[in-house]
Amino acid sequence: MSIDAMSVTKTFGDFHALRDVSVSIDRGKLTALLGPSGGGKSTLLRIIAGLDEPDTGRVYIDGRDMTNVPARRRGIGFVFQHYAAFPHMSVWDNVAFGLKVTRTAKTTTKQRVAELLELVHLSGLAHRYPSELSGGQRQRMALARALAVEPRLLLLDEPFGALDVKVREELRAWLRQLHEQVHATTVFVTHDQEEAMELADQIVLINAGEVEQVGAPEELYDNPASPFVMSFLGATTRLGDALVRPHDIEVLAEPSAGAHEAMIERVLGLGFHSRIDVVLPDGSSVTVQLTRAHAQQLELGVGDIVFLRHMPGTTVTTNG
Amino acid sequence: MGSRVLLRSAALAYLFVLLLAPVGMIAYRTFAHGVSPVWTSLSSGSARHAVFLSVLVTAIAVPLNVAFGLVAGVAIARRRMPAGRMVNLLVNLPFAMSPVVIGLALFTLYGRGGWVGDWLAVRGIQVLFSVPGLVFATTFVSLPFVVREVVPVLEEIGSDQEQAAATLGAGPWTTFWRITLPAIRWALAYGIVLSAARALGEYGAVSIVSGNIVGRTQTLPLLVEERFRNFDAVGAYSAGFVLALISLVIVAVMTLLSRRKEHS
Repeated sequence: MSIDAMSVTKTFGDFHALRDVSVSIDRGKLTALLGPSGGGKSTLLRIIAGLDEPDTGRVYIDGRDMTNVPARRRGIGFVFQHYAAFPHMSVWDNVAFGLKVTRTAKTTTKQRVAELLELVHLSGLAHRYPSELSGGQRQRMALARALAVEPRLLLLDEPFGALDVKVREELRAWLRQLHEQVHATTVFVTHDQEEAMELADQIVLINAGEVEQVGAPEELYDNPASPFVMSFLGATTRLGDALVRPHDIEVLAEPSAGAHEAMIERVLGLGFHSRIDVVLPDGSSVTVQLTRAHAQQLELGVGDIVFLRHMPGTTVTTNG
Repeated sequence: MGSRVLLRSAALAYLFVLLLAPVGMIAYRTFAHGVSPVWTSLSSGSARHAVFLSVLVTAIAVPLNVAFGLVAGVAIARRRMPAGRMVNLLVNLPFAMSPVVIGLALFTLYGRGGWVGDWLAVRGIQVLFSVPGLVFATTFVSLPFVVREVVPVLEEIGSDQEQAAATLGAGPWTTFWRITLPAIRWALAYGIVLSAARALGEYGAVSIVSGNIVGRTQTLPLLVEERFRNFDAVGAYSAGFVLALISLVIVAVMTLLSRRKEHS
């Protein structure tokens, strides 16, 4: 299902969570709402789900105006950051809840729950209670529960936020796989740019209640619309007036047109990469990343004078 | 070490003087002349009616408080109404007010010359000196218990589970029965027990609106008081013993419930 949010505004007291946000999310894709904490991405997800109401603006799902349709009639599956497991129900009952309340036939319910538990690798734990599960297992149960009602739209709010690094990486790969299997349009909220880059087909970058940029991960990385987008998606350093990626700076031994003269302060070998910290005559520091082989070839040492310029054809945003 | 023993002894002595000794004395005095006078006194018509009336009034007041407590509790905890804070303050009023004042307030409102009393009297409904008056007074004084037990639990569990149920297709009513109510069941049970204990023991407000008509509007606490004033020692002690016994059962149930409450 495609989603269109049109001019959505939401305030909580004096706080502007969303300011006139319009965004379109494509059918069948895995989309990340990415941005710093408090930027409004979770609010947008909750408004799409119908869990929060926008002050102004409208939400269309597959072209139909859903702004005033309650969450339970939107055909969505929602996975909460802290799972929102029903503690007094077994794993089986949690997953079956959506089917029971919509009066699905018992045989269908049994079959569907069994399939879902299989899908999320919890078949053996059907009779356990949520308190007897690990964080990762609880999250998978929450996913199975959301998928039980066969949502056209799967919405996940910081799905891996409360899990430790190793489990998070496992679940990421697994979510990607799941998305291909179930063919629902999937939208997830994250503040982790790596997670968004790794998982998503499309990223909506949201900051301070506004959409900064929408596009494929490479597109945002290579053609950032603003210095904010560029610095949010990866390391940056300032060279003169320009914001550049540390690995897009060329280090020259001789002066050249447009190159900045600089003195090396520090050389760090970081395995495959080397990092050098240099200082310009105006006192500003620049970080440069280059391959180890290249660094050795240049025979860089502390105190040496070098000349820096950003490689032609690479991403630069200027102060503006 | 020494100071700890001293503290414990002091606490025990305090409990003994204030609680155990008086309750023990009631039991002792009740049975000072054997079981048969107690039996005679308790099986009299007025005593049997007083027990019946106290149980009846409690059986009406507690469900009213449960219904009100759940509605008000959800409204306060989920901030579904702008007046939630106001309700929260008002709910505590019966705690702060002396029951006698509550009784007086009901008396002026429902008595002869009272706004509501006259309006009802024209329609042949008598509130004072009858069961409705007892129910009003008792419901009022035992009103806060369910709300106060339920609200903190509702606030603690938050609304995530309810919202999750909504996204799974459950309507508000289904969500309440299958998600909210199971989550607060022990707090609710605890509130019910406290509310029942307060309702059974209520004296101040009830004594004003009841008129103390033997065999008609006399509840168990009122019976104890009347017998005591009439120098019917055995009668007063016997009825008092029944009240104390009910309290012991309630305390036992509360202990069990609070354990369940902590485990869930």
